[in-house]
Amino acid sequence: MRLDTILRIVAKIFIPFILMFGLYVQLHGDFGPGGGFQAGVIVAAGIILYGIIYGINAAQRAVPPGLVEAMMPLGVAIFAGVGIAGFFTGRNYLDYSNLMHGDMVHGQHWGVFLVEIGVLVTVSSTMLAIFYAFAGRGRE
Amino acid sequence: MSVEHHAFHVTEHLPALAAVVPLVGAVLAALVRNGTIAWLVSLAVGLALPVISILMLWEVQASGPISYALGGWAPPVGIEFRVDLANAYLAILVSVMAGVVLAGSPRSIDDEVNPENRAWYYAAFLLCLCGLMGMIVTGDAFNVFVFMEVSSLATYILIAMGRDRRALVAAYQYLIIGTVGATFYVIGVGLLLAMTGTLNLVDLAQRLPQIEATRPLFTAVAFIIVGLGLKLALFPMHLWLPNAYAYAPSSASAFVASTATKVAVYLLLRFTFSVYGVDFVLPETPAATLFMILASVAMISGSLSAIFQTNVKRMLAYSSVSQIGYIILGIAMISETGLTGGISHMFNHALIKGALFIAVAAVIFATGAVRIDDMAGLGRTMPVTMGAFVIAGLGLIGVPGTAGFISKWYLIQGAAEQGMWWIVAVIVVSSLMAVFYIGRVVEVAWFRAPLSDAPRRAPPELVLAAVALAVAVVIFGFFTEFSAGVASDAARVLLEGYAR
Repeated sequence: MRLDTILRIVAKIFIPFILMFGLYVQLHGDFGPGGGFQAGVIVAAGIILYGIIYGINAAQRAVPPGLVEAMMPLGVAIFAGVGIAGFFTGRNYLDYSNLMHGDMVHGQHWGVFLVEIGVLVTVSSTMLAIFYAFAGRGRE
Repeated sequence: MSVEHHAFHVTEHLPALAAVVPLVGAVLAALVRNGTIAWLVSLAVGLALPVISILMLWEVQASGPISYALGGWAPPVGIEFRVDLANAYLAILVSVMAGVVLAGSPRSIDDEVNPENRAWYYAAFLLCLCGLMGMIVTGDAFNVFVFMEVSSLATYILIAMGRDRRALVAAYQYLIIGTVGATFYVIGVGLLLAMTGTLNLVDLAQRLPQIEATRPLFTAVAFIIVGLGLKLALFPMHLWLPNAYAYAPSSASAFVASTATKVAVYLLLRFTFSVYGVDFVLPETPAATLFMILASVAMISGSLSAIFQTNVKRMLAYSSVSQIGYIILGIAMISETGLTGGISHMFNHALIKGALFIAVAAVIFATGAVRIDDMAGLGRTMPVTMGAFVIAGLGLIGVPGTAGFISKWYLIQGAAEQGMWWIVAVIVVSSLMAVFYIGRVVEVAWFRAPLSDAPRRAPPELVLAAVALAVAVVIFGFFTEFSAGVASDAARVLLEGYAR
C-alpha cells in the first residue's frame, strides 16, 4: 500500500488528528465519556494505521518495539505506584484523598488523572505489541 | 488544611499488600528484562508473601475478620478485601507454595525456558500469584472475576512456555475452557447483581434470603457452580488439566498444580456456604448430591486414568483430578468433619503434589526423562530426589504418619457420621488405586537397572525444595494443629455463613 497516493496522503493528514483525538478522550475523561482505555486504543490505532500504510518498519522506527515492551509494565507501575502512594499518605491502597496534602477533591482528581495515564501507557503499548507480533510473523 | 506526616503501618494494609506485592514484583520483573534479576525479585516476593499471610492469620485469630476498604470507599459500595479464617488459611498455603517453588526453580527454568523469555516467565508467575492472592482476599464478587482473569491469563502464558511444542495446544485448550468458565461465573454474578443490586459478598448473603423469585437465583447458582467447576477441574470438566500440567515448564506445573485449583475450590466454598448459606439454597437444590456423585466419579476415574499414563507428569495430573474429588467430597458432606477433611486436604494435597512435581522437575533436569519407563534405576542414581518422591507418594496414598492420612481420616469420619458407607468404600478404593500408580514409579525407579551412566547433577535448591515439602508431608502427618486445627475453625466459619 506504500504506492497508493490517496491512502498515503489521507493517512498522513489523519494520523495527527487521531493522536490528538486520543489525547482529548484521555484528558476529557474527567468530564465526559472517555478514559485511559479508550484513549490508549485510539492512540494505538493511529500508529497501527501508520504501520499498515507505510509498512511495519516505518512504524517500528517511529515507535521501537523495545519502547513498547518497556511501556507495558511502566503503565502498570504508574497505576500501582499511585495506589501505593495512598499507603504513605495515611490512606488505603488507591485512596487518593491525601495525595495533594489533604485537599481531598484535588487529591482525588490527581489520583484518577495519574491512574488513567498509566492505563493509557499500558493499553496503547499492548495494542501495539499485539500488532507488531502479528505483523512481524514470518519475517524472521 | 495542614500538611501532615503519615507513617506507613504494614499491619494496617495486609490484605492489600497480599495482592499488591506480587503485582509490583511482576512489573519490576517485566521492566528489568533480565532472568536472574527477575528471579531475585520473584524470590523476594515469594519470601515476603508468606510473612504477610501469616500476619493476616494472626490478626484474624486475635481480633476477627479483617475488612479493608480499597480506595477508601466503604463496603458494600466500594470494593472490600475481607479476610477471615478460611481465606487466611488458603493465603498461607498459596504464598508458601509460591515461595518454595520460586526458591527451588531458577536453574530448572534456565534449562527449560528460552533466555529471552525468562524475565517474562517470572513476570507471568508473579501475575498469576497476584491473581490467586487477589481472588483469595477479595470480598467482592466482580473483583473475584477480575483477579480470576489476571491469574488465568498469566497461567496460559506459563503453560505455553513449556519446551514441548504441545504446550501451545495445551495452553490454547485451557484458554478456551478457562474463558468459558470465567464467562459462566460472570453470568452468574450478573444475575445475582440483577436480583439483589449488590456485588459485595457479605451484602449479597444478607439480601439473598429476601428475594421472592427464586428461578433467576437458581440459574445464577448453576452458572457459578459450573463456571467454578471448570476452573477447579471437577469431573467431567477436567479435560484441560492433564495436558496443561504435563506440558508446562516443570516448576510452573508444580506451582499451578498445588495452588490454582485450590483457589477455585475456595471460591466454591465461599459461594456455597458463606453466600448461599447452608439453610437457604443448599437444601433446595441438588447441588450437594451432584457434588457427591461427581466427586466419587472423579476419585475413581482420575485414579484409573493415572494408572494407565506413560508420562509421569500426566500421571500426576490425573491424580490431581482424583484428589480434587476428595476435596469436593468433603464439601458435599456439609458437615464440620467433612469440611475439615476437604479444607485440610487442600493444604495437604498442595504439599504432596508440590513435592511430587518438584521431584519430577529435578528428574527432568537431570535426565530429561518424562516417561515413567525412562526413570529406570533413578532410585539408585538420584536417591534423595526419588526418596522425596516416595514419601510424598505415600502421602498421596494416605499412609498413616503422612499428611494425606489426616485429611482422608476426616473424610472417612465425616462419611461414617452420616452413615454413607459407600463413600468410605470409594475413598479406600481410590487410595488403593494410588498405590498402583505411585507403585509403578517406585518399581521402575528402585527395582530396575539404570538405563545409562550417571545423570547430570540436579540443582541442589530444586532437590532441597522437594525434600522440604516431603518433610512437611511427614510433619503435618503428626502435628495437625495448623493443617487440621485451623481448617476445622475455617469449616466452622464457613458453615456459619455471612448472613448471620
